[in-house]
Amino acid sequence: MNTPRVLQVHSRREEIPGTFTLQLRAADDQPLPSFVPGQFNMLYSFGAGEVPISFSGSARETDSYTHTVRALGKNTEALQRLLAADDIGVRGPFGRGWPIPELAGKQVLVIAGGLGLAPLRPLIYHLNDNYQQFAGIQLFYGDRHPQQLLYRQELQQWSANMQVNLSVDQAGPDWHGHIGVITSLLNNAVFPLDNTIALVCGPEIMMRFSIQALRAKDLPGEAIYLSMERNMHCAIGHCGHCQWGPTFVCKDGPVFRYADIEKWLYTREL
Amino acid sequence: MQTAILAAADLDQLIQLLIVEGFQVIGPVRDQHAILYDQISSAADLPQGWIDQQEKGSYRLEQSPNQAYFGHTVAANSWKKFLNPPRRRLWRASRENGQLVFQAESNEAPPLAFIGVRSCELHAIRIQDAVYIQGSHPDELYRSNRQRLFNVSVNCTRATATCFCASMNTGPEVSLPSDINLTEVIDAEQHYFLVKAGSPAGERIVAQLPTRAADQTAQQAGREAIGAALQQMQTGPRYFDSSDVKELLYRNLESPSWDDVAERCLSCANCTLACPTCFCSAVEDSTDLTGDHAERWQRWDSCFTNDFSYIHGGTIRESTRSRYRQWMTHKLATWIDQFGHSGCVGCGRCISWCPVGIDITEELLHIRAAEAK
Ligand SMILES: Cc1cc2nc3c(=O)[nH]c(=O)nc-3n(C[C@H](O)[C@H](O)[C@H](O)COP(=O)(O)OP(=O)(O)OC[C@H]3O[C@@H](n4cnc5c(N)ncnc54)[C@H](O)[C@@H]3O)c2cc1C
Ligand code: SF4
Ligand code: SF4
Ligand code: FES
Repeated sequence: MNTPRVLQVHSRREEIPGTFTLQLRAADDQPLPSFVPGQFNMLYSFGAGEVPISFSGSARETDSYTHTVRALGKNTEALQRLLAADDIGVRGPFGRGWPIPELAGKQVLVIAGGLGLAPLRPLIYHLNDNYQQFAGIQLFYGDRHPQQLLYRQELQQWSANMQVNLSVDQAGPDWHGHIGVITSLLNNAVFPLDNTIALVCGPEIMMRFSIQALRAKDLPGEAIYLSMERNMHCAIGHCGHCQWGPTFVCKDGPVFRYADIEKWLYTREL
Repeated sequence: MQTAILAAADLDQLIQLLIVEGFQVIGPVRDQHAILYDQISSAADLPQGWIDQQEKGSYRLEQSPNQAYFGHTVAANSWKKFLNPPRRRLWRASRENGQLVFQAESNEAPPLAFIGVRSCELHAIRIQDAVYIQGSHPDELYRSNRQRLFNVSVNCTRATATCFCASMNTGPEVSLPSDINLTEVIDAEQHYFLVKAGSPAGERIVAQLPTRAADQTAQQAGREAIGAALQQMQTGPRYFDSSDVKELLYRNLESPSWDDVAERCLSCANCTLACPTCFCSAVEDSTDLTGDHAERWQRWDSCFTNDFSYIHGGTIRESTRSRYRQWMTHKLATWIDQFGHSGCVGCGRCISWCPVGIDITEELLHIRAAEAK
């Protein structure tokens, strides 16, 4: 598990400036291990280092892995330079994903901040493909500007089967959606307290505020899930870097149930 | 298996048998001012007649009044470096005609035999086993070193001031399995080892040694020697009830004691390097000048370093307060939730090797006292 497997960039798509999606395929005829929405891979671009990146494609695509990456530093910039047909090193899938079996029959709230939509997209595909199995689906997605919203075409398509609520911090006059922080959308959301599950992914501070808004409406902590980020070197529970309280984010997470980690989420510098 | 007696003069035969069996034998040696674990080739390499005096921020060797081989306590370094080297290559990669090829590193090291493993150290090895080989992704190098390991454990018959295995329930008497267990008995008239095999491999070796059966008196002498070490700890300042430590620390994540220790701690990482259970590592990727060959190396890392918890936007554990809290609560509390046992075996190394003399047992007392206020 220490040595990456060679995959090949099949396609590359610029989502918004600086954020791109890679579709990877096997360079040999061995099948790709299946993944659960919310899990991640360690991606290695030759000569750079390895970074954790969530799956952002559909788990039903069994012959490829899709990852959406924002170029922020040395390693993500190296990934940014990859072109179709380039080789890439991949280890994974790792971690625990979103609690799919728990969702059937529920009102599902999907709450994404910024790039947090990417790790939620495999889950959204699942919800969209099976929308009749759920009592209802509401997507809340906030970012800074309308131009920064990811997957804009798909957001349109999804709105056929789910309520899509967009929110931006700032926008020009041609924006017809909500302006402000995502929590104000959540404050107005309507959902049954005894049959709802909320799944949250985004910057830590956005997740904290979103969860507070949900808790203020008395949604139980057992019904809220979030995806955490910590420094990772091994992804298999050996290197210690991702420790967060008693958990290893790489193997016990990245998806956690809020009720289980509440204490740690509010401890500073943990 | 019966307890046997091996004359001290015949200890070397045990080492020679292990060497003949193909083991690289590691044991305590005297290296200038400290006892270290290192490769040995005969009993003459052992620090016979030397003992250690350890205290907060201090380690001293002195000549013992007797000629015991194992009169010292735990060595300055721990066995972990032999099972999981401080630096090792994980893989090499090359790019040929645009194609990426990875080549995993294989383990060519000979099998190891440890001689002189103390009870706390057997616990420490078991604790690292839980990290590296009991999960769903075993570390192959560690596993192969570990599976081939031959362990000769030694019961402690003396404790130094920093020892607190009695508080952590990990010693001084060996309770975990080892291939051979020794108890050294020495007085004015006699010097011998009580020998007990703990595995078929151990039995095979013991059967080749010039032993005789141990009578009741000899076995009683061994028990008394171990009892003396226990009593030293029970009457020392580092004897405490560790059963509620996890809850204590979980209740006190914001104790003013963390600020106090942060004023003294240099964040130097000595404690984590000396600790036999600390397992953290980092990987480093490099490329050669042609740009066509790359390598990944793994090296020991420490939660006290600045970039350990870095994620884009900044280091999460920026303050020394948060780093010491991370280290100590990991050792004594979160480890229990992670693996079902404490991460501290009470060996005292972190106390002796802290340049400013920070003492984990004393910090625990401070936290308890601050809570009671
Ligand atoms: C479980 C998980 C899933 C992720 N999913 C995605 C995703 O789908 N898309 C995406 O663009 N990003 C994702 N990230 C964040 C991504 O890993 C970081 O942006 C990336 O590591 C930054 O590396 P860098 O070298 O480019 O940046 P630098 O800022 O130069 O970082 C240097 C090193 O710090 C560490 N590091 C920095 N930021 C992070 C971070 N946020 N999380 C973990 N380690 C970090 C890495 O070891 C990195 O190599 C995820 C992180 C985690 C933990
Ligand atoms: S924390 Fe200190 S006393 Fe405990 S095992 Fe590590 S070095 Fe030994
Ligand atoms: S506790 Fe002591 S040994 Fe550990 S990092 Fe701080 S100063 Fe260094
Ligand atoms: S990333 Fe290494 S322990 Fe989690």
